[in-house]
Order: sequence, then C-alpha cells, then structure tokens
Amino acid sequence: MKLDRRTAIKGALAAGVGSQILKVPAAAAQAVPIQVGFLTVKTGPLASGGIQMEQGLTAFFKERNHMLGGRKVEVHTADTAGNPAQTRTKTQELVERIKVNCLIGPLAAFEALAIDDYIRSSQTPILTVAGAEDMTQRKANPWLVRPSSTSAQPSHPVGDYAAKDLKMKRVACIADDFAFGHENVAGFQRVFEDAGGKVVQKLWPPLNAPDYATYISQLKPDLDGVYTGHAGSNGFKFIKQLREYGNTAQILGGFTPVDESLLQQMGDDALGAITGNWYSAQLDNPINKRFVAAIQKDYKVDPGVYAAETYLCGEVLEQALKDVGGKIEDKNAFMKALKSVKLKESLRGPMHFDEYGNVVGNNYIRKVERKGGKLVNAVVKTYPDVSQFWTYKPEEFLKQPVYSRDYPPAKNLEQ
Amino acid sequence: MTRSSIIWLVVCALLLIALPRIIIHEFYINMASQVLIFAILALSLNLMLGFGGMVSLGHAAYIGVAGYTCILLTIAGYHPLVAAIVALILSTGCAAIFGMLSLRAPGLGFLMITLALGQIVWGVAYRANTLTGGDNGISLPARPMPFGFDIRSAESFYYFTLIVFAVALFGMWRFVRSPFGASLMGTRDQPRRMRMLGYNTWRIQWLTFVIAGFWGSVGGLMYVYYNLFLSPHALTLQQSAEILLMAILGGATSLTGPIVGAAIITLIKNVVSTYVERWNSLLGIIFIVVIVFMPLGLVPGCRALWRKWQARHKPPVPAASAPEPAE
Amino acid sequence: MQFWIIQTLNSVAFGGLLFLLSSGFSLIFGLMRIPNLAHGAFFMLGAYFGYTLLSLKFNFWIAAIGAGLGVGLVGIILERFVLRQLPGNAQGQVLVTLGLSFIVADLCLLIWTGDPMPLPAPQELRPPLRYFGLAFPTYRLVVLGLALVAAVGLYFLMERTRIGAMIRAGVDDPEMARGVGIPVSRLFTTVFLLGAALAGMGGVLGGPILNAYPGLDADMLPLALIVVILGGAGSLLGAFVGSFIVGFLYNFGIALVPDLAYFVLFLPMVLVLMFLPQGLFGRVQL
Repeated sequence: MKLDRRTAIKGALAAGVGSQILKVPAAAAQAVPIQVGFLTVKTGPLASGGIQMEQGLTAFFKERNHMLGGRKVEVHTADTAGNPAQTRTKTQELVERIKVNCLIGPLAAFEALAIDDYIRSSQTPILTVAGAEDMTQRKANPWLVRPSSTSAQPSHPVGDYAAKDLKMKRVACIADDFAFGHENVAGFQRVFEDAGGKVVQKLWPPLNAPDYATYISQLKPDLDGVYTGHAGSNGFKFIKQLREYGNTAQILGGFTPVDESLLQQMGDDALGAITGNWYSAQLDNPINKRFVAAIQKDYKVDPGVYAAETYLCGEVLEQALKDVGGKIEDKNAFMKALKSVKLKESLRGPMHFDEYGNVVGNNYIRKVERKGGKLVNAVVKTYPDVSQFWTYKPEEFLKQPVYSRDYPPAKNLEQ
Repeated sequence: MTRSSIIWLVVCALLLIALPRIIIHEFYINMASQVLIFAILALSLNLMLGFGGMVSLGHAAYIGVAGYTCILLTIAGYHPLVAAIVALILSTGCAAIFGMLSLRAPGLGFLMITLALGQIVWGVAYRANTLTGGDNGISLPARPMPFGFDIRSAESFYYFTLIVFAVALFGMWRFVRSPFGASLMGTRDQPRRMRMLGYNTWRIQWLTFVIAGFWGSVGGLMYVYYNLFLSPHALTLQQSAEILLMAILGGATSLTGPIVGAAIITLIKNVVSTYVERWNSLLGIIFIVVIVFMPLGLVPGCRALWRKWQARHKPPVPAASAPEPAE
Repeated sequence: MQFWIIQTLNSVAFGGLLFLLSSGFSLIFGLMRIPNLAHGAFFMLGAYFGYTLLSLKFNFWIAAIGAGLGVGLVGIILERFVLRQLPGNAQGQVLVTLGLSFIVADLCLLIWTGDPMPLPAPQELRPPLRYFGLAFPTYRLVVLGLALVAAVGLYFLMERTRIGAMIRAGVDDPEMARGVGIPVSRLFTTVFLLGAALAGMGGVLGGPILNAYPGLDADMLPLALIVVILGGAGSLLGAFVGSFIVGFLYNFGIALVPDLAYFVLFLPMVLVLMFLPQGLFGRVQL
C-alpha cells in the first residue's frame, strides 16, 4: 500500500485551505487545486515505459513545487495495465469521480483510441503521448494535443538522412507487426524512397515473438542498413540477436529502439546505431540539463523518451494555464490556449502545434556513441520545425490512406 | 426451489433493481454494468465447466467473433438489431465448429484445443488490419436503441444490462434444471455409465458447448455495447483465463458462484487497483487462498461455513479460514 | 542452400531451448496430471535470478545452477503447501498455478523493474562461428549441446535409477504404485523440484538469447504447452521430439509463409490433437 500520494494530497489540501483563509474572496476560485488525471501503465508487460512516464511527470511537478499558473496542482495517477477496457474505466473514474480538469497520457495507441469517443463526449482536454497517426490527422480529436510526436514523425527525417547524408541505397525494414510498427516504418520508407533509396525487404515479426533468428537469417547480405521500428524491449532483443549472428549492418531506427532507458544494458551492440527522435538526453539546452540531472539524481538513470514525453506535457500545460490566467474551468478557452501554445524554449527546443493539435518542432538524428564511459545518443543533425506531414502538403497527405503495413506500397521489394 | 432460496432471489432482484438509486454515482453504476456483463460471460463458460466438467481457455473468442461482427455490420450501415442477430448467429456457428474440434480430445487436450482456437481467433483479429483495425481496434459508432429506448446514460444502460442478464440467467437456470442438464451432469460424473444407458455423451457435451458459446456471444455483444470499442486485447489468453477464473473463484458448481467471481475480479481490476499498486499480486493471493481453503470456490465454501455455524448456534468467531485474505 | 542450412540450424538450436523449457512441464504433468500454468513464470523467474547472480559476478554456469535451485525451491513450496491440498482438482490446480504466475510476474516487475535485463553469455562463447561464409552464434549451439546433455541425463535418471523406475510406475498407474509401497508423495515433491529447476535453469540458459523481461512468461508458456501436446505428456522422448518439431515449424513456417506467423504453431497442434489425442509418444491420457 502506498499512501504517500494520498497523504501528499491531503497535505496539499490543508496547505491550500490554510493559505486561503486570509485571502479575499475574489481569489477563492483559485483556491481549488487543479486536478490532473494521469493515465499510465504500472503493471504488466508495458510497465517499463509507463513507470518512466511517471518519473518524468513527477520530476516536472517537483521542479514546479506543484504550482502551475499560480494554482496548486494535484495529480491522480491511474494504472491502465495496458488494457483498453481498463483504460476506459480508469478514464471514467478520473473524469466522473475525481472530476479532473484535464488528462495526461495514456501510453499506447490502442489505449488512446479506446477512450477517443469518451474524450469527445465528456469534453475533457487531454495531452497525449500515444503515437497513433489518425488521432491528429483524418480523425482529429478537438480535445487533444500531442506534444511528443506521431509514430512516423521522427522516422521521416531518418529516411531523408539515410538517403542524402549517408548515401544509402538499399535498406531492409523490420518492426513489430502492429499499428505503431507499421506507421513507424511507413514514414521512413516513404521519405527514403522519395529521395531515391530502395526498401528491399520488409519483415513483420509478431509482437510477442520470442526469437528473431529466423528473421535475421533472412536479411539480405548486401544491405546498406537495417531499419528497426521495434517498440518496448523488442528493439533491444533484436539488435542483440542481430549482432549475435555476426551481422554488422548499419542500424537505423525510429524513436524507440535505442532509448536511453535501455542503452546502458545494450552494451557495444548498439554502438553506431542511428535513430530519429524529437528528444535525446544529450540535448544541449538548460531545461534539458536540469531535467537530466533531476532524473539522474532521483532514479540513477538517464531519462529516455517516455520520461521526456510527460515532462514536456507538463511544460505545455503550464504555458496554457499561464495564458488563461489559471482558469482551467473554462474548457473551451483552455483548449484554445492549449492548441496555441508556442514555446520558444522547452525540453525539446522550440515547439508549437499545427491546426490538428499535433506538435511542430525540432527532430534530431542521433548516433549511439561512448562518452565518458557510458553510451549516449549524440545529436548529429537537427531538422527544425518538423511537422507530422514532413514536407508534404497536409491536404495531399490527408487524402491518402493512413500509414499501414502496405501503405505506402513498397515498389522495390526483392524476393 | 425452497422457500428460503425464493426469498433470497427476490431480495437480490430488488437490490439489483434499486442499485442505481443506492449508489447514485455514475462511475459505480457503470462498474455494476461491467460486473453483470462479465457475470454473463462467466456463467456461460460455467455451463461447460461446472456442469459439464470441461475446462475451456478460449471463451474470449466469442467476445471477438460477436463483437467484431456487430461493429463491422453497424459501420457498414445495417440496423443494429440485424447486426446483433447476425453476430449471434455467426458466433454461435463458430461455437458449433469449435465444439466439434475441441471435443475430440478429453481433459487437458480439450483445454489446449480451446486455447489454440482462442489464439487463432486472436491472431486473425490482430492480423486482419483492414477489417479489424489490428492492434488499434475499432469503435462502435453508438449504442443501439433497443425498442426505441435511449441507453446512452449510465443508468439506462445498467437497466438494459440487467434485463439481458436476467434473461440469460433464467435461460441458463432452465437449461441446468432440465432433463438435458441432468444428463449433462451425468456425463460429467459417470460418462461410461451414461453411454451404457444409451445416451450419446458426445452430443450432450457438444450441445452444451454450443449453448455456452451462444450465451458467451451475448456477453460479448454486451461487452462491445458497453465499451463501444474492441481490440484484440479483449481476445487474449489472459482475458479467457480471467473469465475462467471468475467461474472457478466463485464456485463452479452453482449459478451464483460465477456472479460473485465476476464481481470480485472486476472490482479488483478497476476499483481496488486505484488504491493497491500491486493489485495483480492481490488477485493471485486471493485465488490461492480461496482454492486452498475452499476448494469448491467461494460461494459453496461460504455456504459450508454458514451451515457449520448454524449447526453450532454460536456467534461466529473470525476463524483463520476467513474468506477475506488479509491486506 | 544457405537458407536451408541456416534455418535448420536455427530450428535445432531453438528446439534445444524449447526442450529445456518443456521437459519439466512434461514430467510434472505426466506424473501428477497437474497442468502447471506457472511454468512460464518459473522460466522467467529463473532468468531474473540468473541476472541477479550474474550481476553479483558469479560465473555463468554457477548462476544457471543457482537459479535452477532457487526456482526449484519455489516449486517445492508451491507443491507442498498449495497443490498438495488439491489432489485431482484440475480446476483448482489451473487457478492456483495461474494465481502464482500473476504473483511472480508482479513481484518481478517490482524487484527488477520493467526494463529488459540482458544475461551476457560467457565471454568465450560470444563471437559467432564462421564456416564457409556462414555465421552462426556459438552460444546457440552450446544451448543445443546442453539440451542434449540434459536429455541424456534425464533418460538415465528415468530409465536406470530406482527413483526413475518409481516415477515411471507413478506415471503409468498411480493407484498401483501407492499400493506397492512407493512413497508417492515424496516422489511428487522430487519431481516438482526437478521440473521447476529445469525451467529455472532454462531461463538462465535462454537468457543470452531472450533476455529477462516482463512478459517472458506469457511468451514461453504457450510454447511449452504446444511442445507437450505435440510430443505427448509424460514422455521424455515426446518432449524431446516435440521440441524439435516446434523448432522447425516455428523457423521454417515463419520464413516460408510469413503471413501465417500467428497460426504456424497452433494449427498443427489442433490437427495433432484431433487425430492423435495422446500426442506422438504420449503415455498419459490427457
């Protein structure tokens, strides 16, 4: 039983009430703490990312002393267990029983999609980290913003970089056989092939495949690189097994495979891997330096993308609250403020939202290097102002079907 | 039915009808709806398990077949009632085929084939992206309007679920009490003797499998109406195992057992998990404690305790074998 | 040609790993008719124990044995204090072993966090073997060798020792075995220890290939079940042959018909059960 959260809330309440007694009634509205619902995964196979999300958010509110826009903030954490039905129930609990003003989370695309209609009908502002493309594209939800990225947003630049900077011609793609993997690979393939490269193989191991030997043995011998779009611990397993088979191909990847949370465990196998992400623990800005130091101090690890996602959500929430003078209760005004948040400085650098509620901001090409005795994702190139549509026209982009296993069609596959 | 059990039934029915007025809170009314939906699923599985002695680990397949069919037909523009009926027919048809395959092997073999079939249905749902949306799942646009009633609110949906639940419970009760039910239990306990008496035991078991599949599909439809969303997570082995656990935990030999089991597991997953971070461990401990101290499940176990107490005519002492595990 | 050679090697190496995983399950099921659904959890627990022992700088092989004993101990506790109360109650056994696997998975998450933990293979086995331009991981061949050693060892144990004779008698006719004075209950505990220890050791030996991660239990349990169903429960030969059949099915099935990756194991299992309910070498009516 963990009572620290609840006692902390009680304490915060007491402090809030105590400090309010002597104030003028005009501020009484501000006396009520802002309630934030936080959906994350704390049990089951997806817990690793979910726990890091919690670390990132905890670090943010610790830094801000639980005050945003002049008001106290209380966070209510709910464990979705990585299960859509449970996510739905927990969301209902947060919205109906605790009456939260806004939501942060959930982690996985299917969780976010499971509550999509409920978010609309209950009109709850939500800052999500889940990557499902269509939530900010063809089926954009008016109550949602996504400060991190879609599944494919950081893979577009990797395609560009591989073709133009690395002069790669032939690449094989491998990813988990589920929506995130499909979208992640599709983004890379589209930009890479538009820039003259060829995706000659696409392999889709099931999400729960224990062993990738059979896939690794099928990789063509004369590749310039292997792009991995694996999520969770699967990228870790794949890269390890690839090297185990003596395959020294250049590894390319999306924003999940060589995350900082796994990097130290991966050892030399990951050295030289080139990935695209909107974040790296190596980012050279004061906010990130402070954040990395805080996470290292409290958890003895470098923060990875999951921890960064929720910290960033906190930053966006704070700016929106400042813009509406702390009046989060006026949902429409608050939502408008959320969507028009424009940060010159944030954890990830400058950022703002497009009209669909999805982030436009820096994306980084990172290379795994050894620095001061530990492995890091060193930033080798910055692509500024990357939107979810890359350089394509949004109207054209949205006319086409959503990214999937077979879209865009791969024209260069070799048998 | 004895007099006392009739009184019990009436009290429970009144309680269930008055429930939304008692708990008021929308969130908990929704919780009650979920308990009833899982009770339908657990009861249907229990027809095979408790009355037929067949342990199945593939029951979530019916949530999948019925649910996806219903959503896909609704999206395609068919009337919700048509969608529901076709979904039930299709899903029960699957049960008929699954039954033929599963009943070829006894005991653990049966369990394994049901598990395999459940996995195959999961695999199809997971893989057929264009149809099912794969891992991302698909949404049901809106709840149906049975006979023109609006069941969008928590309370009206609860009553709708209660009616379906009552019909299902009555149907299963009649089935268990019928001569056919008696022959099913005979097949469970004395298969050889039943065959000697000229019963076709295979057909008895197969029909039970199909009927269980039908009620399971009803539960699956309700699951989709409640969540308005379906993804392969509802078809996993874990989901099947949970339904099985509900049936065993409460006590598979009665009709009340699975309802109690469904309530406990649903509440731990959704309510207790807010306060106990290690709720998975708690669930595991409850399983072990209940089965060790009450091998037949909670309801028969508590009944035995109650009788013991009645026989003694003493106020009950909090015995070491109390059904509630300590925190 | 190269494709066939490499995939054959992959298949036998994976088969070896599967034998380490499933032989214990088969033993327990054969003798006690207990469908131990905590077997995947035992495998995962072994991997985590191994990780901890390795991080304490123990030698890899000692870590494997230590983790095996540790998991064996958990197995004894489960058998003595829980399963013993439920003789012949298959439903109850399913429930408590699933309950235990919930607890194990949850505690592993608590103790070892959700991050995947690598179990590095011994240094000298890390470089791949190269032969005529083919590269193959040395360690996987070692696992195959260990599986063969384990199979031979178990064979001798079962066929050439007194305890093996008792176990066989217990498998073939438990009633009769009790009647002629075989200490069946002590035998049960021994077999449970052996089965759980095999799974735990398998977890460590599989570690350099699979790592230790939450969900490893759920990934491995179906494989163990499939092997035992195909080969036939209660038969070592069955577990052995079944492991390699599954190894081949898995590797070649996925390579040749990638679209059937989800069904490549379950369809054959259904077919076998329909036409050979006892499996290929089953000694036990399932």
